[in-house]
Amino acid sequence: MARCSVQEDSLKEVLPENTLKTRVPQTQVNREIRPAPSRYRNEIAKYVIRRNEDCIRCGKCVELCPRGVHVDKPGYKYFAEPRLDRCIGIACEKTDHYCVAQCPRSALQMVENPMMKVLGDCRWPADMILATWKMAETGDLPPEEFGFEYQCGASGGGFDKLRFKFPDTPPVEISEDDIDTGIDLNKRDDGRPRITIDVPWYGGGMSFGSVSNVTQLSKARAAVAWNTFTCTGEGGYMERMRPFDDHVITQVATGLFGVREETIQRVPIVEFKYAQGAKPGLGGHLLGDKNTVAVSRMREAVLGISLFSPFPFHSVYSIEDHMKHIDWIKHLNPRALVSTKVSTPTDVDMVAVGSYAAGTHIVHIDGGYGGTGAAPDIAKKNIAMPIEYAIGRVHRFLEAEGARDKVTLIASGGIRSAHDIAKAIALGADGVVVGTGELVALGCVRCTRCESGRGCPRGIATTDATLATQIDVEWGTQRIINLYNAWRKELVGILRRFGMRSVQELRGRTDLLMHLDYSNDVKAE
Amino acid sequence: MPNKYHIKTRPVPPRRPRIGKFGVIDWREDCARCHNCVKKACVYDRYRQEADYIRSLDDVDALFFDCMGCFSCVQNCTKGLLRLSVNPVYEGLGNSYWTPDIIRTTWLQAETAKIPVSGAGYRGPFAGPGFDAMWTDMSEIVRPTRDGIHGREYISTAVDIGRKPSYLSFEDGKPVRNDSPLICIQMPLIFDLPSPIHTLPDLEPILVETAARTDLIALVDSARWPLDGIDPDRHLPHIGFYLNPRSPEISGDVLRRTRLVEIPDGNDVVPRIQELKHQHPHIVVAIRVELDCRGTSRAVELASVDEVEVIHAVADLNGNESRAQNPRFIKEMIREIHTTLIDSGRRDEVTLICGGGIALPEHVTKAVICGADLVSINLPLLIAMECHLCSSCEAGMTCPAKLEEIDSLYGVGRTTNLIAAWHDQLIEMMGAMGMREARRLRGDVGRAMFFEDLEEESFGTLFGTRR
Repeated sequence: MARCSVQEDSLKEVLPENTLKTRVPQTQVNREIRPAPSRYRNEIAKYVIRRNEDCIRCGKCVELCPRGVHVDKPGYKYFAEPRLDRCIGIACEKTDHYCVAQCPRSALQMVENPMMKVLGDCRWPADMILATWKMAETGDLPPEEFGFEYQCGASGGGFDKLRFKFPDTPPVEISEDDIDTGIDLNKRDDGRPRITIDVPWYGGGMSFGSVSNVTQLSKARAAVAWNTFTCTGEGGYMERMRPFDDHVITQVATGLFGVREETIQRVPIVEFKYAQGAKPGLGGHLLGDKNTVAVSRMREAVLGISLFSPFPFHSVYSIEDHMKHIDWIKHLNPRALVSTKVSTPTDVDMVAVGSYAAGTHIVHIDGGYGGTGAAPDIAKKNIAMPIEYAIGRVHRFLEAEGARDKVTLIASGGIRSAHDIAKAIALGADGVVVGTGELVALGCVRCTRCESGRGCPRGIATTDATLATQIDVEWGTQRIINLYNAWRKELVGILRRFGMRSVQELRGRTDLLMHLDYSNDVKAE
Repeated sequence: MPNKYHIKTRPVPPRRPRIGKFGVIDWREDCARCHNCVKKACVYDRYRQEADYIRSLDDVDALFFDCMGCFSCVQNCTKGLLRLSVNPVYEGLGNSYWTPDIIRTTWLQAETAKIPVSGAGYRGPFAGPGFDAMWTDMSEIVRPTRDGIHGREYISTAVDIGRKPSYLSFEDGKPVRNDSPLICIQMPLIFDLPSPIHTLPDLEPILVETAARTDLIALVDSARWPLDGIDPDRHLPHIGFYLNPRSPEISGDVLRRTRLVEIPDGNDVVPRIQELKHQHPHIVVAIRVELDCRGTSRAVELASVDEVEVIHAVADLNGNESRAQNPRFIKEMIREIHTTLIDSGRRDEVTLICGGGIALPEHVTKAVICGADLVSINLPLLIAMECHLCSSCEAGMTCPAKLEEIDSLYGVGRTTNLIAAWHDQLIEMMGAMGMREARRLRGDVGRAMFFEDLEEESFGTLFGTRR
């Protein structure tokens, strides 16, 4: 598959000399799947096995368990902490190696871990978090016997109520190796590069400031491995990202933090962020504690003050103004594709068509239920419509205007799994942007403390130098590479069951979906 | 240009131990006493704070629940001895409508006066009943908009109470003077009478002082008059007397200095209004209508009466129709009253104040979008003063929040902070919508998206009938 990397010689024709001088050799990252176990000593498990004082340490449980849950270290008086993350819980009850039933002294008891009620929320239930961790660890789908309900959340609507209507057998038998999950990002046929990414998603914009440089680098390296993209977010372009230029999207947001000519010129895609789903209509927030020396230097802002980006671009009050912005980027970087990121107001369909008319290559709609950084609670919950409503609306309107095949529609804002990705595409998107999933792969528990103080206590969404050292770049890269692999595998499985050779065949196929709250008796046209 | 409306605030910490959401359970008998104890590494330093807290404890049953729920200590403990749990006291706060999360966020705002901000996206359900079944709009590129609370341009949240002439009249070529009194307050919000099911100490002086500081109006039952510590010149313009028929009349001297009175609904409302207007022509008279199964039709009926200028329609504390078998929510009742009044051409003849179930700042915006001119609140003010909504007082038991010990400095500080935080959030929502005037928001359902409509448009055509 063609990579989106560019030929160095071709750049000489389009980039000014001063930008060419800043170009560094591009780093390649191997798309190899390797185990990347949890960085924590005690992985949170779905089930807990309790051992009481009747245990005589006969060792039968150790002998029985094929997964090595029970650990008896020679030389120690007691059993070590069991490896509960390996325990499949109630699925084991029917086997002949169920330790609780086989214990001669009935000293073992298995219960669901009470912490499952504490971990996560209805958007990201504990099962989904644990399953994502498993995928990030192994690069594969979580084994069925673990019983993780990870394909849907428990929000009670949208993606969580949509299901695929799989046929009993695939209409055509296709080998998984023959299924293409790539999508084109430039459909305009305007002489600019045709960029194809290998998976129908790329990484969302998380600025240096909102997340650590290690997190940004991990995302970028995984994007290189999977021949897709990551986005700088609004915080400027880290020098350490330059070896990955060909897989980076420079974001131009309303605060214009760190936006310079060379950061626009060095990348294949430039994204205008008009709004974001987590805080539609409000502009970016970076609270003062996270505005450290490094962040303030990159953003050219005063150290320690809270940074609130304005809303909207004060130079844009019409589609014509938007067109001027796009022309500016296209003039500065003749090879760049332009993406326009907007939120989901009532007229999102009009905004999308207007943006297409202004010359954008990618319309990126960001629904209200995503987001990774600081946002007022009132905005997250109440402003703008969920992405599930917006995708179909924009897709149909672009079709009606005859523009659907000339623009790439990317959706984001609450895409958590391969099933969400497939559902978004079936509703009408070409691809999606993911963000929280990557952070969960790095160990996020969604405690929501990313925004203030030293930031994320788990070292992901922080600018605190000490906290950030909790994550090693190689490990972080591998976790995201693994997660992407598991997602792709699941997506390929979905396409295979529908007999589709390409993910592009799935776009707009709402006839393959059903909704649990509806009669589902509408005949396909 | 007038000065920007600004509420002065200061942090007012809670009087009682915080009721946090999470706590760590420590099975310390197996502790290895290792030198890399995770408790020392807590980013939030909670373990040291817990030790200090326990040392200074005067309530033996008040446990420390101020953990942030990051799981770092749980996952790093050498022996795996720590477990995270939800505080059962937290889970027991409030009820199914006034959820623990609502109570917690209200406490936070009352303490800090700040807009609650968090990371990691939205954690709640996709949609819900009542106000959770609607989203407000935002302007994207093509509509002029403003900068919200951080901006340069003024967003007015002021609204009027009273009758506004819908057209100009002329006599002999000169405009006829409109003598209808009109009250302008700085937010679409007044303080309602305290909830009757909470038997509380005398909180009216606190609420009246807060109303004065925030340039709003607090309704006060005439049966509670006179109040202690009232400065007539400063406070009376911010008191709206509920003229309780079972209490002595408020003196004319007092009423002369107030702007709003409220009377209960009844057969004699018209003569009562005429009588009050005759004695005090400067006063706006509101009629309190209970939103029971006849409430909406009664409100509409009253609006057709020329003498009626303000209707205060009040649902129960959870925003439901009172004494109804299948109660409607206040959102639906507001929409019905509003649209019926528009159809009958009477909408601008009356001010519609709606109360009951207004628990969060977004409810103010949403109620106004549904058609209310302004809303009334009472429980959020009580919660701001650390009420648990446990109803212990109703049963004659001791108040766990010790509301009887509240002093004015604390009470006024907390309630003022809450109003300031709500005001900022109202501006955030209006800024996102590109609105500069709260008056223009009334009934502008084009600025909102309703769950039923979005479902039908997006999924109804694809999947058939919603069950």
